[in-house]
Amino acid sequence: MTNRIVNHPVLGELTNQTSVTFTFDGQTYEGFEGDTIASALLANGIRQLRVHEGTGAPRAIYCNIGHCFECRVTVNDTQIVRACMTPIQQQMVIESGKMQPAPFKASPEEWPRTYAEFEKMNEHHKEGVPHG
Amino acid sequence: MVDVVIIGAGPAGLSAAIACRESNLDVLVIDEFPKPGGRLLGQLHQEPNGEWWNGIEETKALLAKAEKLNTMIQCEVSCHHLEKIEAGYKVHTNRGLFETKNVLLATGAAETAAPIPGWTLPGVMSIGAAQVMTNVHRVRVGKKGIVVGVNVLSAAIARELQLAGVELHSMALPVSNPVTKDHAHPGKVMEGLVRIAHLAPSAFLRFGSKFAKVDWVRNLAVKFYPKGGVKMWGMPIHIRKAIVQINGADQVESVTMCDITPEGEVIRGSEKTIAVDFVCIAGGLYPLTELASVIGCPFQYVEELGGHVPIHNEQMETPLEGLYVAGNITGIESAKVARAQGTLAGYSIAKQNDKIQQAMKEVKSIREAATIQFHPEIAAGRSKVEKAFHEYIVS
Repeated sequence: MTNRIVNHPVLGELTNQTSVTFTFDGQTYEGFEGDTIASALLANGIRQLRVHEGTGAPRAIYCNIGHCFECRVTVNDTQIVRACMTPIQQQMVIESGKMQPAPFKASPEEWPRTYAEFEKMNEHHKEGVPHG
Repeated sequence: MVDVVIIGAGPAGLSAAIACRESNLDVLVIDEFPKPGGRLLGQLHQEPNGEWWNGIEETKALLAKAEKLNTMIQCEVSCHHLEKIEAGYKVHTNRGLFETKNVLLATGAAETAAPIPGWTLPGVMSIGAAQVMTNVHRVRVGKKGIVVGVNVLSAAIARELQLAGVELHSMALPVSNPVTKDHAHPGKVMEGLVRIAHLAPSAFLRFGSKFAKVDWVRNLAVKFYPKGGVKMWGMPIHIRKAIVQINGADQVESVTMCDITPEGEVIRGSEKTIAVDFVCIAGGLYPLTELASVIGCPFQYVEELGGHVPIHNEQMETPLEGLYVAGNITGIESAKVARAQGTLAGYSIAKQNDKIQQAMKEVKSIREAATIQFHPEIAAGRSKVEKAFHEYIVS
């Protein structure tokens, strides 16, 4: 848990935390009791929680208060669980969100992975070159 | 069936619960988050008298009172619908249905998105997300970041990140687009900055706050704003620079910053790449009102209060019998005001007429004494809602 803020000039030192062990995409990690899934993963340096189902672009928390659903993951086989609102628990099995088949779209290799790629693709659009 | 279901365990909801329990009502408080406290939990700032406002301690104090009065608080309960029934309301949640005579909506606020290209990259988050990670979960959101959006909330949270040892490059505006509008306009942002300047340990800003209430002085300040920004707690605040793009392959690697005109237009050729590994976007707050909407409560758009608010009277009653509101759902103000509104709403629900008058006075005096104001015309906004309530009742 390399990203933990142990000392704080006003809030004091973080002490007496109970450790919780869980897995994310098959890897074992430790968090603290009281963590959400999102905070336990971020404490371990993990930001990416899923990829966009259609484009494969990486995604992570945005609002951290349960509104944007950008942090949705699969927890113990339950899909669309908000990582920012769900407490981490001992032996929790968490899977990141994966790409989903989109049979009528262009092949996944052609999908944009970054905003720059997306814009480039749209430029082609403007020039009248269809994609996919 | 309980007497009241309170939706939201923040400063308003908890204070209302305490007032209701003191009056011996059956109360159920529900909240989506695993811990009670709402957005009060993350708050941490120094008052002008030097004392710290510590949201975690403030929450503990409220919870201690609530527990002493055997208040039922259930966390991890998400309410998605309200239904009117003969005896009151049916509250639909992920943990089943609750029947109640009264409902208090104390849902608080959410952050307005200020989308800029690249904002979906991991490492980009709302300023409030960074606040919760830092102060509540004690997790560093990155090594070095930049705050996009200059307002009361983002300045306060930037300071909190600094306190926790998280480095910030600076604060700047989002690039102007149809969504970011006023947040991308240096003149409008300057107006907001004037309101927090008295808190700043910076001579320039304090000087500015005295004189910049006058339009032409403010315009001059925007026009001749220092190139290097104005420093607040050692960190430059830029209102003549905007972030036009966030860059990175799989996560944030840098941002592209440009100079902007006093009207917010990008000056071509001024692009600079700044290496950061996280970005906080701050587009301000708006009242979280969906539940008032689904139950059919009438609304009024009040800019001074942060957007559409359910209309209500000074006792926190809406025109729907048994439906009450308190806290940021009624307009964006500080947690202290929310707490006082919660107490008032609690007494209203319990029909404690002798205590309602005093609680109403308390809300007003706390509002007047507020050191951080989200909008200069809060009182005018409040009057508009009150007027709308009485017009609605008459019609």
